[in-house]
Amino acid sequence: MTTANDERAIRTESVSRHFQMGKTLIRAVDQVTIEVRRGEFLALLGSSGSGKSTLLYLLAGLDRPTSGSVFVEGRNLATMSSLELARYRSRTVGMVFQSFNLLPRMTLEENVELPLRLAEVDRTERAARVREALDRVLLSKRAAHRPGELSGGEQQRAALARALVNRPTILFADEPTGNLDSATGEEIMGLLAEFNRSPGMTIVMVTHERALAERFAARIAVVADGKLAGNGAGA
Amino acid sequence: MKASDLGELALRNLREALLRNSLTTLGVAVGVASLVAMLSLGVGLQQFTNSRLASSGLFNAVFVMPRNNLRLFEQPGAQPVELPRPLDEQARDQIEQLPDVVGAYPQIHFVTELRFNHIPYSTLVAGLPQSDRNDGAFDGMQGRFFSGPAANEAILQIRFARQLSKDPASLLGRELVLRYAAREPLSAKTVAGDAGSTDASSPGGGSGAAQGFSVVARQKDLKIVGIVQTEPQGGFGGFRKTPVYIPLQVAEALRATQVSDLRDVLQGPAKTRQYASLTVRVKSSSEVVKVEARIKEMGFAAYSLFDTSRDLQLLFTLLDLLLGIFGSLALAVATLGIVNTLVMAILERRREIGVLKALGAADGDVKRLFFAEAGVMGLVGGALGVALGWFIGRMLTWGTNFYLHRQGLPSVNVSAVPWWLACGAIAFALGVSLVAGIYPAARAAKLDPVEALRYE
Repeated sequence: MTTANDERAIRTESVSRHFQMGKTLIRAVDQVTIEVRRGEFLALLGSSGSGKSTLLYLLAGLDRPTSGSVFVEGRNLATMSSLELARYRSRTVGMVFQSFNLLPRMTLEENVELPLRLAEVDRTERAARVREALDRVLLSKRAAHRPGELSGGEQQRAALARALVNRPTILFADEPTGNLDSATGEEIMGLLAEFNRSPGMTIVMVTHERALAERFAARIAVVADGKLAGNGAGA
Repeated sequence: MKASDLGELALRNLREALLRNSLTTLGVAVGVASLVAMLSLGVGLQQFTNSRLASSGLFNAVFVMPRNNLRLFEQPGAQPVELPRPLDEQARDQIEQLPDVVGAYPQIHFVTELRFNHIPYSTLVAGLPQSDRNDGAFDGMQGRFFSGPAANEAILQIRFARQLSKDPASLLGRELVLRYAAREPLSAKTVAGDAGSTDASSPGGGSGAAQGFSVVARQKDLKIVGIVQTEPQGGFGGFRKTPVYIPLQVAEALRATQVSDLRDVLQGPAKTRQYASLTVRVKSSSEVVKVEARIKEMGFAAYSLFDTSRDLQLLFTLLDLLLGIFGSLALAVATLGIVNTLVMAILERRREIGVLKALGAADGDVKRLFFAEAGVMGLVGGALGVALGWFIGRMLTWGTNFYLHRQGLPSVNVSAVPWWLACGAIAFALGVSLVAGIYPAARAAKLDPVEALRYE
């Protein structure tokens, strides 16, 4: 069991996620046991359909395991209620996605404010928190713009600001550079690395780009066919 | 999520699909308008009937008489008959002291002859208390009510006024002469001469004095001050077709002979004046039953038309119910529109729901968001529908009055939207919309965030 002052931010114990597709059982994640230390930058590397995103969603509390346990900050996500999982996603973790997932009808400012609304942060405090997050990703001047008016890199930076605004301790990134050109992808990875250094955020990133993973992540875990195939250190 | 944030997000979502949501809201508005228009007709007719009944003066009145110990056949072993409590000045004072009683008035109405322009007309005259000025029967009258309780003035019913002149309005301010049969006490000589025929055993006859009066012709000049369209009724079954009204105090002072005088002669002399009946005016019809019960406890027979009124209320309630059911059909169709709009919104915003959940929205937050959107459509649709229903009601009233005017009839207000109907319709629209939102909201809340995020 993980304790509160444990060095391990995340730990899974034989976690599995299976899907029944007709008569076929898909073992998307199969008996995976992995640990992530506090402040670590872990890259889950794997090809398409390897199960890395499914594993990430289990760690992020968006999905529930078929079996096994997922301990984050000492709490087992597998036994949490739906409401507790929602609170966990709101207060403990932040998420960025490959396709940014900004709400197109809202301005950047409003998109970034959304997690604060969900976490019921006081209205008077919100403006400063939003400004701080947008400053961090150098988008203060685009605060009033809608996502459609921004480049892909800017949208992903806005998504990062949205993930940061509730000051989570863990950041989950699902193919954050997947929709970006290499230069912009490096820019985003640089920001992730920066967040990992200060304020020492634990980062778990899913990617299929080995080069980026090796350059920026502290450790790489290779996922193949729902299992961990390797657990090497990054550059 | 806080309610204010929920409201903001819901309004924002509704603005995004403005045309579709506006059409759905309009559907709710039309449904509510149909409901309100139907019920406004029911309420309007009810108010019209109530006002006509109230102006009759019958529904806020209790009619009091002494208890009648009528026994046509003696029953074996029957208890001895008790003397009924006399309805005298003391009783009248006591009744007037009761809570919620405006006043207790004797019924004075007598047959008389009126002369106008030297032409005699046989008619009925009734005395009206000054308090009747406010009971609604004189609203819209030509001229005015009596200037005072002792004014030598008369108010004519329109039908009688038309007999006097083709232009009833020209009668205002004109004089007419009231000729009547007045009671005069018998002189001492007459009483002495008739003493031998007095039955000493009759009630009140113990003094040995003869009881009776002589009748002499008298006349009084009156000024016509008003002409009334309605038929004010001063008492139970008495004045329905009374063509001429004079102040009650004036009528009492005339001492005109009435049918009840014969009964007074038979009952013998009394220390105080006794009344055959009294009309008790009550502050409002809702107090009638209470006052009636208290008067009965005092030992008198009392009647009111409250029960008739209650049956009428029941009839109108049933009418409103039926109109409401028909009016609700359009709202039921509009409800399906809300369900359809919200289900479409779930399909369109599937990915957005996934993002909200990934950012920390609980199932309940998503559910409340969809409820709020349904609620806003219901609330706005309800408010618009009330306005539209009111407008339809006004148009119906206008159309009805246009027709009535062409028929030479007075105008009536056939529709009414009281505050309770407006608020009730909006609340009903809100409630129905929230019910319509149950399924879409539950469906949105149950969306798997992983599947929703993968949705293209």
